[in-house]
Amino acid sequence: MSLALLHWSFAIPEIWILAMACVLLLVDVFWGKHHPDLSFALALFSVAGAMLLTWGEMGRTGTTFFGQLQMDPFTNVAGLFVELLTFLTLLYSRRYLQRRGLYRGEVFVLLLFALLGALILISGANVLVLYLGLELLALSQYALIAFQRQNLRATEAALKYFILGALASALLLYGISLLYGLTGSLDLARVAEGLINSGQANYLLMLAVVFLVAGIAFKLGAAPFHMWLPDTYQGAPTVVTIFLSSVPKIAVFGLFLRILVEGGYGSLEIWRQIFVALVVVSLLIGNVVAIAQSNLKRMLAYSTVGNMGFLALGIVAGGQNGLASAFFYAVVYALMATAAFGLILYLSREGFEAEEIADLRGLVRTRPWSAFLLLLIMFSLAGVPPTIGFYAKLVVFQALIEAHFLWLAVFGVLMAVVSAFYYLRVLKVALFDPPAEDLRYGADDPLAASTLSVNSLALLLLGIFPGPMMAICFHALQGVL
Amino acid sequence: MIPPLLGQWLILAALLFSIGVVGIFLNRKNVIILLMAIEILLLAVNINFVAFSRYLGNLDGQIFVFFVLTVAAAEAAIGLAILVVFFRNRRSINVEDIDELRG
Repeated sequence: MSLALLHWSFAIPEIWILAMACVLLLVDVFWGKHHPDLSFALALFSVAGAMLLTWGEMGRTGTTFFGQLQMDPFTNVAGLFVELLTFLTLLYSRRYLQRRGLYRGEVFVLLLFALLGALILISGANVLVLYLGLELLALSQYALIAFQRQNLRATEAALKYFILGALASALLLYGISLLYGLTGSLDLARVAEGLINSGQANYLLMLAVVFLVAGIAFKLGAAPFHMWLPDTYQGAPTVVTIFLSSVPKIAVFGLFLRILVEGGYGSLEIWRQIFVALVVVSLLIGNVVAIAQSNLKRMLAYSTVGNMGFLALGIVAGGQNGLASAFFYAVVYALMATAAFGLILYLSREGFEAEEIADLRGLVRTRPWSAFLLLLIMFSLAGVPPTIGFYAKLVVFQALIEAHFLWLAVFGVLMAVVSAFYYLRVLKVALFDPPAEDLRYGADDPLAASTLSVNSLALLLLGIFPGPMMAICFHALQGVL
Repeated sequence: MIPPLLGQWLILAALLFSIGVVGIFLNRKNVIILLMAIEILLLAVNINFVAFSRYLGNLDGQIFVFFVLTVAAAEAAIGLAILVVFFRNRRSINVEDIDELRG
């Protein structure tokens, strides 16, 4: 028992975030009203500290808290990315929140708790802990979206997300209860053993896997479980959309990895078939419906659905390579989405959200640097070399062909071509249409501007030197199978 | 293979769960009813857990139920809070009036 307690240091990033969120709450009570910058700085400090702590844990493996949390390469790498993306969200947020009267400590507290939930999802070794992490992440997100209380669209987005998110949690929970009934344990390692003993052809297992996949697909936003996603992305304050489109994607991939790969690898053939269906529907709906959108945020939301289809392609490929390519895709997509929504946020001001595609008319004349960054982001999303988006798609298709899913790979490439149409249409509007006289962009926040520049240029630089990041992502998945 | 009593509990839970899902998708009236449907979903899962826990002679499932109840309470609190905020903006909690965002 004392030996198990010795390793509590494995959970040190989680403990740090929890402690700092509580400190931030107190600081905000006493000084938050007059010094909101203090809360902001403290939030940045907390996330940066968590990144350092996670970095310090690199290479260690084991479990802690009596087998509730585990540390392996995936925990470290995914944890680091999730913290980095939260850090980026914070950097983007300052002026945006100030302008809308939302610059208060509560936003940062909620962001920290959401980050904590994501970290627990990534490191959980027990389905109960995973469920609690998922709820912590989801509940913080509902509150974050509704934070702009006077905004009808934000509250409506929160309401829609809440109802469908709660349904998703319930579906997942039903699957978990069946899994528990089949194996008699909540511990993932013992669930895996129990499933191997119970055999493949079991209707209850099939039912459990269907519910688990449905819950995970809901949370990821893969079609046909994507109904909440466009409305939520469009209605939420843009800074929250940045968070929604990045951190939960990696965290839910972690949930998938823990429950279905570590716990339920015995049921691989069942969930692989379901994911094939999800891929086909997501790629079709996401990419085709995105063409019809005139609202940029909504278009990017549908493109998220399509991108989750590409991510699921890697899952279908399965095996070490397939899962690693899916993880790589999730990370790259999160970076691209952060940059894309970051650009919308940067151009917005109060009373003008810069969220229509037409709002970008002639951006190259009025804001040439922003237009250049938009070019990088859209090329990366469309998968044009030499951006990182190209390599993300490349590794997924490679893994798919190695796993002999040729027809799916062909279908995926076709859909990538369709997606290129609506990404490049945004560029056409920004680069070749005449600028509108009446448009006045916000675009005066140096912090968001530099974050956006670094974030977008990273898409190009990582695309020119893709090796290290790919190696990190492939290394992360080594301990899992 | 499954003794009769467990099977009956599972069927009860499945029925309750179905009622919850149908309540979410067929409800065209009131958001409060949606929140009730969500509660039914979680309670159905709880019955599953307790039934399995009794059947297996393993307490983990019953402990899980306590956590689910707690989370359900937190979820209801946040859900109602969002609903109140929405009502202030829209002056209605009809499902049909949640229609600002579409396309």
